[in-house]
Amino acid sequence: MKRVPAIDGWFTQDEERPELIGTRGVESGSFFFPPSLAVSANPNTPFEARESVRFSRTGTLWSYTTNHYSPPEPSVQTAPYTVCAVELATEQIVILGPLATGSDASQLKIGMQMELVIGPLFVEDDVEHTMYQWAPLRNPVTPTGDPV
Amino acid sequence: MSRDLAIIGVGMHPWGKWGRNFVEYGVVAAREALADAGLEWRDIQFVAGGETVRNGYPGYVAGATFAQALGWQGAQVASSYAACASGVTALATARAQILAGLADVAMVIGADTTPKGFLAPNKGERGDDPDWLRFRLLGATNPTYFALYARRRMDLFGATREDFARVKVKNARHGLENPNARYQRASTIEDVLTSPLVADPLSLLDICATSDGAAAMIVTSLEWAKAHGIDNPIRIRGVSTTTPSYPNPTIEMPNFATDSAAGIATPGAQPHRGFKDSIALRAFEEAGIGPNDLSCAEVYDLSTALELDWYEHIGICEQGEAEQLLRSGATELGGRIPVNPSGGLACFGEAVPAQAIAQVCELTWQLRGTATGRQVENASVGLSINQGLFGHGSCVIVST
Repeated sequence: MKRVPAIDGWFTQDEERPELIGTRGVESGSFFFPPSLAVSANPNTPFEARESVRFSRTGTLWSYTTNHYSPPEPSVQTAPYTVCAVELATEQIVILGPLATGSDASQLKIGMQMELVIGPLFVEDDVEHTMYQWAPLRNPVTPTGDPV
Repeated sequence: MSRDLAIIGVGMHPWGKWGRNFVEYGVVAAREALADAGLEWRDIQFVAGGETVRNGYPGYVAGATFAQALGWQGAQVASSYAACASGVTALATARAQILAGLADVAMVIGADTTPKGFLAPNKGERGDDPDWLRFRLLGATNPTYFALYARRRMDLFGATREDFARVKVKNARHGLENPNARYQRASTIEDVLTSPLVADPLSLLDICATSDGAAAMIVTSLEWAKAHGIDNPIRIRGVSTTTPSYPNPTIEMPNFATDSAAGIATPGAQPHRGFKDSIALRAFEEAGIGPNDLSCAEVYDLSTALELDWYEHIGICEQGEAEQLLRSGATELGGRIPVNPSGGLACFGEAVPAQAIAQVCELTWQLRGTATGRQVENASVGLSINQGLFGHGSCVIVST
């Protein structure tokens, strides 16, 4: 089946090691996500140029919730489905994303390490529309680099 | 010169699911507020309307809508959109007119008819609208965000689902005899815990409904009130319509991400816990008082857990102590600082452009000592607080 991203320009299409595509202010050094929506500028540099950057692939789980009602239009999710908020250390930003397809929400715990993957969002006319997702990190390491 | 205003009349149309045109509700609230003030509609010089988007365009729910329904009489008008905070943005506009000497008497009004179920974005295919995209790509309803915050409280501060349920039980009790409340029935902890899960850890009774309703108030300069024989009106002491300060570390509806705390910082800026912390500050500064001076507060309990967040954001306890404050009974009627004596959104459900005005109506009744069945003893200072979508904060401080 043909696969296309459900939203253009928010994540790279590397199936093994996808990355979020954000921007960085060339003067402030602040990071911004998503790249195509209005978000707060750094007020110290409101008119700075922003360069496209790829964000860290891993972060820590800030919070999460499983929804038990299917949401209204234009949503495509069917309950139950889980939304994760993951904090990226370098960018100092928290980013929402769906829990990876096939991951077990009951195993989630705030503070655990997560990584970015790509998974299906919906299928329409034999085309699979994909979305970035957060999955528990397969081989988590401690901050010192030791395996957990 | 005092920058206070007098509240000389308040009125509401009861909250519910009435299925009628929102204009009807607004007319009822306006009639009550005028009667309460002892004024005629023609006495109103300025109409400030809380606005929302229904039928896909703004302006349909607006100040002029009510000026027309009551009969065009040439009053000046303004309408304010600030989502849930719209009513107080309208009040801030009326206040500016009065303090500038451009008007003496203003009506602040909001009314709404809300759809059943989840609040959802407007129709259409809108790939550049964060509100549309959060539903499309994440299924991130409003309760999704409430649940993310609630789970944080459980993890950071040891909150339990029973604590959240206790908020509902308290507010349900407060609203039992409130004639304007949509729900006037008691809840038990068991009721909350056994209601269907919506967004884990929050269940149906943890989350406020969407309602029809209307609220209006008549505000004047203190000088006008005095000249008309009102020597001791309830006074508006502070009004905040604060926007966030960068970098906001909280993930706000309808956003996909927080601000980034990396990069150059604002000189002198202190690390902060998020937007909600700053909303009350401005109102406290204007009023020249602090959290310890409050007799009661109406906070925006979109979810039970969110009410606990507000305790900390308005400063009636330290961060992480809200559950303890709740369990102590301090925020119940009869306690040190009753919160949501009206019953809050738990009993009302939200009627978006009317809600922030309704909060101030309740404070007015409390400070007059006429809140039958839910009166806070010797109430002399009240605070209402609220946050609307897209970075709209609002807070009002009133006193006798």
